[in-house]
Order: sequence, then C-alpha cells, then structure tokens
Amino acid sequence: MHAEYDVPAKDFSVAGFAASSIKQMLKQLGINPLVIKRIVVATFEAEVNVIAHSYGGKVILDVEENGVKIQVIDTGPGIPDLNLAMQEGWSTASDEVRALGYGAGMGLPNIKKNADKLDIFTKAGDHTHITMFFNIT
Amino acid sequence: MMHHSLTIDQNVCRGCTHCMKQCPTQAIRIHDGHAHVLAGLCINCGQCLRACPHGAIRIEQTPFEEITSYKIRVAVVPAVFFAQFPDAYSVPHICQALYRLGFTHLLLAESGVDILNQIRPRNIPKDDLTISNYCPAVMKLIQMRYPLLLDNITVRRPPSHVISMFIRSELIRSGINDKEIGIFYFTPCAAKIAQIKTSGSDESKLFQGGINMDTAYNKVREYLSIHKTIAPDVPTSFSFPACTSSALLWSTVKGECIGVTKRAMAVDEMHNVIEFLEQLEEDENTNLNYLELDACAEGCAGGVLTVRNRFLANERLRHWAQSLPSELDDSLKERIEAQRADLEGKLETQRPEASEAMTWDTDTAKAIHKMENSRMIAKALPGIDCGLCGAPTCKALADDIARSEASIRQCVVLKLKDPKMMNQLSKIWGERTKGKSLYKGNEFS
Repeated sequence: MHAEYDVPAKDFSVAGFAASSIKQMLKQLGINPLVIKRIVVATFEAEVNVIAHSYGGKVILDVEENGVKIQVIDTGPGIPDLNLAMQEGWSTASDEVRALGYGAGMGLPNIKKNADKLDIFTKAGDHTHITMFFNIT
Repeated sequence: MMHHSLTIDQNVCRGCTHCMKQCPTQAIRIHDGHAHVLAGLCINCGQCLRACPHGAIRIEQTPFEEITSYKIRVAVVPAVFFAQFPDAYSVPHICQALYRLGFTHLLLAESGVDILNQIRPRNIPKDDLTISNYCPAVMKLIQMRYPLLLDNITVRRPPSHVISMFIRSELIRSGINDKEIGIFYFTPCAAKIAQIKTSGSDESKLFQGGINMDTAYNKVREYLSIHKTIAPDVPTSFSFPACTSSALLWSTVKGECIGVTKRAMAVDEMHNVIEFLEQLEEDENTNLNYLELDACAEGCAGGVLTVRNRFLANERLRHWAQSLPSELDDSLKERIEAQRADLEGKLETQRPEASEAMTWDTDTAKAIHKMENSRMIAKALPGIDCGLCGAPTCKALADDIARSEASIRQCVVLKLKDPKMMNQLSKIWGERTKGKSLYKGNEFS
C-alpha cells in the first residue's frame, strides 16, 4: 500500500500531519502498537526536519507484508556534515525555530533509535533522502 | 466481552441517520431502514440516544422491583442525581422519597472519595502521566483504540467501588448476611450500566443492579408531588451522613483535579476526548501529571440519563458543596477506620486490558490488500458523506465494501449520477448478499 504526503517548508502548524495519518492507517492493519509508536515518532521527527530545515518535501509510505517503508525526501539544501547531524544535541536550527520548541538536536538521533533500518542520502547544496524501514512481523 | 447496554427499538426507528452521524466510533449502520449497533465498536457513550429524534434508542436497566428481592436495599446515588431537581426540592426531602421507595440505606457515591482518601491518600507520581479511570465510556474507548495508554490508567478504585465495599463491610460486621444485601447504583449513563451488566466485571460483583437515573427521577418526582412536606417518621439523611465539599464535586469537570498540586487537566465530551487521546498517543511531552477524561459534556451532569440542564445541575452541585465541610468530623473518620482492615488491601483494580480493536484482517497481507481496495473504492465515491447508503461516511462505506459487508449499489449519489458505472463497479467489488449480517462475529442489536 502506497501513500504520499506533502510537507511544506516553515509551516510548523502542520507538523505531524503525515505521522498522524500514517498512524491511523497502520492501526487498522493490526500492527503491534509499540511498532506503530516507533514509526510515528520517527516519521514525526523527519517531518519536522523537513519543515524546519528544508525547502519542503514529501513523506512517502509503503506498507508491505513484512514491513513498513517510509521515505522522507526534501528539495534541499542538504546536510553539510551528516556525522555531526547524527549526534545528539547538535542542531543548526535558527533561534526562531528553537523558540517554537524544536531544534533540540534530537531529530536524526531519534529517527535512528526508532527505525529498524535507516539509510540517508544527503549532500550540501543538494537534497536529503531518508529511507526508514520497520519490521512488522 | 463487555456488555452492550444500548438497544434500538426497530419498531420505532425510522432509519433517519441522526444517531449514525453522531456516533464517535462509527458503530452504527442503517440497514433495511433501521439503525443497527455494531456491538464490537460501541463504547456505550450514549451519543446516539441523545441524537435520536424518535426515542428509538433505549438503555436497559435492572427492573426497579428487583430491589425487593433483598432484605437490605442499599442505594448508591451519585450527587448529580440530587442536582436533577430544582432547589425547591431539598436534599433531605429527596432522601426521604428514596427511603419511601423501598431503600433501607442511602449513600452518596461521592462519599467513596472521602473514604478512599482517608484509607489511602491519593499519590500521583511526579514524572509520569496518570489517567483517571472514572468514566466507563472513556475506559472502553482506551481499551479499544489506545492500548499504549492503558499503562497510564490509574488502578486506584473509583469512588463508587469503594462506597459499595465500605457499606457491605459495615453491614456484614453488624451481623447481616451477605446474601441479604442488595446494592443498587443510580446511573446517569449507559456505560455504567454496561459495566454492571458485564459478567465477571468488578462492578457486577459490587452492585446487584443499576437503576437508570431518569427512572429514579420519575419515581422520586412522583412521590414529591404527592408528599409536599417532609414526614417526621422517615429518615432524611444519608447512611453515611457527611461528604466533603471537594468530594461532592468529583463528577463535575475538573472535579478530580481538585487538590492535585501537580499539572492536572480535564477534557470533557467524547469528540474532544478522542481528539485529545489521538494527540496524547503521538506526543508524550505534555508535562501533565493527571488527566481527567469525561465522555459527557460537563461531566456526569451531561449523562444521557440525566433530565435537567447540565449547567444548572452542576451549579446546584457547586452551591451544595459550599455548605459542606472541607474535612470529615472525627466520628465519621472513626467509622471509616473501623472498616480499614477490610478495605485496605482491596483498593486497587485490575489494570484494564486491550480489547480486540476492529482491524481489517488478522493476516497482515490480507489486511493490506483489503485496505488498498477500500482506498480505491473511496476514490469512486462522491465524498459528501450524505449517509443515505447507511454508512456514516463515504470512507466507512468503502471500508464496508472492502470487507464484503456492503455493496457500492448502496450509494444513492452514484446511482443518480452514473448508473452504468455503478453497475460495472458493483460487478468488480461485489454485490451485497441479502440478509447477510454486517461484520462477522459482531452481534447485532
């Protein structure tokens, strides 16, 4: 099963829309609630990253028999140093974003903690493509 | 399985869709011109009853006469019952009416708050969220839809349990045979009756029956219309004569938050509760320590079996509370202490378990397939949620079709707009077999 959600840049009021919609769907599939929770947390973090740091993007959901694949693809500007970004507490978020309660530098580390498999493509000046996989069996 | 207390009188129901559209869990379908409740989805909140313009929805109860099969007949009456009456009817006068109706003992359900607090003061953990277990419709909702939040629900017994245990213990100690005691709860809602009637539940053991508040109201009102003054020879007070002001307000919105020094919040009305629980399930960072959830707007005063305007009822409760002490006097405290040994070890309930929520299929591959079908079918439907098909929304009809429980032929809009396409689609997605019951395994009521 396939579904796509647009994520706009800088509109924090819609943060969580994709994660919430995905949750509703997965709940109906009878997937273990603890797994759903991990999926929702990771998707939410990725969604907020797109809103806070990128020019906008998409969340793409694919549900198959053995697992849930979630791709989060933005349109740039890419992460200059991914290793730094993966560290807890590291953030390039602006003061404006921090004032909204985001930008604690837990986004990517949290995604890594919750996903069973994580693959990140990124390049400064290019875009970022995160692929998360969750086992459901 | 949880008992289901709402029934639809098929002779009265016109299939008008009001109830179906109000149902917060989409548990109603119109089928052959009448509404049917899908018992597996119903949380007994009673919103349907409130919405029904024809009075076709009933809540079962224990026949009032059943109280006479017990020698000792105890009524556990929530304070909100007294608030159903205007001020012209005093609490002592109403108490007297209840004794005259045949009860031998009369207790305020809220006295259970005082008893509980004395035996074991409430201790809300600081670093965690505790969710109230007071509202039975909300409990059922969480069991069905939010299994991960079950760990946050308090296991401390609700006041109605405690008052029932207290009076039984007191009566038995005074030499009365357990079997002769009948304890009856006056319920403002369908969900409490469902708990009492669920076999094996705590409530079914603590209460011998549940009496609907409107029934009791009519009986008391009838008595009061004949006996306009207080008779000298009949008692006029509760068997446990006092209640603190904060306990009396327990059933009002934020009533449970009184005295919580940490972060506490209350949400009332079912749609609000669902909205909040969805949010809570996704984001734990609420800083909340205590969360009260009431299925009915304005708390129990908004229960479907209440008769008076809920705002006026709560106003009377607050007015009444002003005349009550902030603490029980020593003689009453001693009375509680006398039962401490019997109650102390029993102040916790079993943590409620997750109930089987409605999923597409136990087989994940099949579930995904059915869900995909539903999404495809939904695209062909008009999306105006008119309800004429007998499902609450176009999406619900799509789901029913994907489950082979409905046919796209039920869509009236499509039939008028493009009958040819409808014929084609119903060949692809299946016709509905006549007389087939909706949702296998779900009893129809």
